[in-house]
Amino acid sequence: MHDPGWQPRIVAFFCNWCTYTAADLAGVSRLKYAPNVRIIRLMCSGRADPQFILAAFAGGADGVLIGGCHVGDCHYSEGNLKTLRRFQMLKRMLRGLGIDERRFRLEWISAAEGDKVRTVVNEMVEQVRSLGPLGMPSRFREWDAEMARLPAEAKTAGAGAAQEEAEAAHA
Amino acid sequence: MKPNSSNGEVRIGFYVCHCGHNIAGMVDCPAVAHYVGGLPGVAVSRDYKYMCSDPGQELIKQDIREHRLNRIVVASCSPLLHEHTFRHAVEAGGLNPFYFQMVNIREHGSWVHTDRAAATDKAMALANAAVRRVRFHRPLETVRVPINPDVLVVGGGISGIHAALTLANGAKKVFMVEREPSIGGHMAKFDKTFPTLDCAACILTPKMSAVRSHENITLWTHSEVAKVEGYVGNYVVTVRRKPRYVNEELCVGCQECINACIFKEAKFPDEFNVGLSKRKPIYIPFPQAVPQAVVIDPARCLQLKTGKCKQTCIEACGDRHAIDLTQKEQLVQIKVGNIIVATGFKLFDAKRIPQYGYGLYPNVVTSIELERLVTSSGPTGGHVVLRDGTTPQSVAFVLCVGSRDFRTNRWCSRTCCMHSMKLAQLVREHTGADVTVFYLDIRAPGKGCEEFYDKSLKDGIQFVRGRVAEVTDWAVTPEEEGKLVIRVEDTLAGLVRRIPVDMIVLAVGMEPHADSQDVRRLFNMSCGTEGWFLEKHPKLAPVATFTDGVFIAGCCQGPKDIPDSIAQAGAAAAEAMALIDRGYIEQEPNTAYIAEEDCSGCKSCLPLCPYTAIGFDEEKGKAAINATLCKGCGTCVAACPSGSIRQRLFEDDEIFSEIEGVLAHA
Repeated sequence: MHDPGWQPRIVAFFCNWCTYTAADLAGVSRLKYAPNVRIIRLMCSGRADPQFILAAFAGGADGVLIGGCHVGDCHYSEGNLKTLRRFQMLKRMLRGLGIDERRFRLEWISAAEGDKVRTVVNEMVEQVRSLGPLGMPSRFREWDAEMARLPAEAKTAGAGAAQEEAEAAHA
Repeated sequence: MKPNSSNGEVRIGFYVCHCGHNIAGMVDCPAVAHYVGGLPGVAVSRDYKYMCSDPGQELIKQDIREHRLNRIVVASCSPLLHEHTFRHAVEAGGLNPFYFQMVNIREHGSWVHTDRAAATDKAMALANAAVRRVRFHRPLETVRVPINPDVLVVGGGISGIHAALTLANGAKKVFMVEREPSIGGHMAKFDKTFPTLDCAACILTPKMSAVRSHENITLWTHSEVAKVEGYVGNYVVTVRRKPRYVNEELCVGCQECINACIFKEAKFPDEFNVGLSKRKPIYIPFPQAVPQAVVIDPARCLQLKTGKCKQTCIEACGDRHAIDLTQKEQLVQIKVGNIIVATGFKLFDAKRIPQYGYGLYPNVVTSIELERLVTSSGPTGGHVVLRDGTTPQSVAFVLCVGSRDFRTNRWCSRTCCMHSMKLAQLVREHTGADVTVFYLDIRAPGKGCEEFYDKSLKDGIQFVRGRVAEVTDWAVTPEEEGKLVIRVEDTLAGLVRRIPVDMIVLAVGMEPHADSQDVRRLFNMSCGTEGWFLEKHPKLAPVATFTDGVFIAGCCQGPKDIPDSIAQAGAAAAEAMALIDRGYIEQEPNTAYIAEEDCSGCKSCLPLCPYTAIGFDEEKGKAAINATLCKGCGTCVAACPSGSIRQRLFEDDEIFSEIEGVLAHA
């Protein structure tokens, strides 16, 4: 089981025009939501490079949220559609990497939907909380240790095998 | 990548704002300042009561000088509110304004969280991210783009008219596009205006004529905006000019054609009189219409429908040759620098509340129908009459029809209380009838409005507090025979009452237009959840939108009365004027650029750009970005497989460091 003091950490990439503004509206409206989300502002959700998402997971995020304008409402006409395509692709890739796709969410939130920011963030925090910590940094450390250990093990294992082979040839 | 600064050493100044209690009430600001003070590269870290105040900004400038700071981070409110303020301070302190990063710990922090420790932690994480990010900031120059001084005003109601005239009087060229065949909007239908009871036509029609005759205004009625391209200062707008089948320049408004029309009787509902009178297929919208030109309704005109008409109208027009049945829809392109959207509202459809019997009982009318009845130029010549032509002895007003009601619209339409009281006074004046007003709360906050309410009370108008449950013609007592009965809980008397009357007036509220979503997309605006166009800031930028150079005025932003509409229209005109008179706009330098040495010429980016800003240099075999076309979304940047497209202000290293930063603080 994980550390009882653990709190989910969610990195959010919000577009400047709709979702970031919606989060501002949530603030102005004093809507209360979970403090586990860290919002990074981009001009468009289309700027959300797949590498950012991977970097966030690798850096210790337990979930990643992308927020953009509704389809048809993109400030840059269709950046959000590019995001949608990337999102689908990335979800497959995350599956391949063994990261539960429920940790990765894309939402269209317009500048007027402060309430939706609250709902989505709260839902996501609960979802990620139930999934538990992803803990990529500690896994990386374990893999690094394993990688450091492996060559030595392979050597001994290899030597053992050669000896057996030689013995078999003798017999 | 190496941090870019003159002497190579990064010296960051960090400031966390208390914003009075707004931030300090939920975030431990001194603790944040202390934490950030220990981060690498931070030379100064302070907390201060109000960073955006003059002394707050002075503090930054002073520290830049005294502590040789070369990067500034401010943790306060949303960058959408004060980024410019602090960039100016940084610039005034002698640094490039883009050596600055803002952390949003108010809207995204103290205002949305309830746990002080968690909110403080979050503020620290966000501050950590900004401190890491700002290290990578580069000095940038804003680009100045010249501004086209012409303005487009969309909508010819009182707001549009006032905005257009203000600009035109300031020697700016204005295009006014109005969907209907005449300008004037809702106000043209009013008899008198509250609370002064001055004649609406007397104050509106001179302004309408002024629009028509103003040398700086090009008026296109019966037209709609079809497409908007470009950006602030340089919009290219396509206007769809619907065929009027009458040449406006040649028509003198003599209306002989109307008399000559093959339809001897007017038989089609007249839009201006909200169906209370009839018009012919060829008609003039209303006597004071601007332009003073007839219009032909293609859905009704025999010739346009069947091609089999004697065309007596053309005959009557004679050698003026104003009627042209061959007119076709035209698309016209204009170039403007600013756009003012003043598209107004529509009235609530009273049929949506069936228990009030609108459409079922002929003597249940809407407030705008009564408005036409009291107008001397209206269908009854100013006589308030029932459908059978007799004068009502008792009239009831039902307020909040389609307003302040969770089943229909939640908002207060703001004008119906006053509008109803005005009509109530006029009805008393015209007919001497007993008038009862059924209300939830009387809202009369405008100048002179409370006094008007007092006058209504003194004039003998009855006020009953309670939301009307239903209107019925089912009489249970002899006095109710032949009358409409209002059933209501009188919440002041504390009993349910039945009140028989002759006429019931439903004070219908305001709603966004049915196509408000299409219109907002056209101009790249946002709508609130109710469908009203969203202003950039509810207090500080009430007429600006999130799209620079697009302003809103009047009821398209939310219900308001005439004085408020005019005030907004003036504000929108002033905002446009400020941009025009400066002569240029400064563009945020967040455009994309190509690092040529890394570009493999794969062309993946070319189809991604909606603005065709990315071209391909065949000679070099590399992509090339046209900075004037680039809007800075960064979609191509995220897609480039070799990472050779970069975005200023949102460089990869800047964002990666931000990701590291938000995760570095546990």
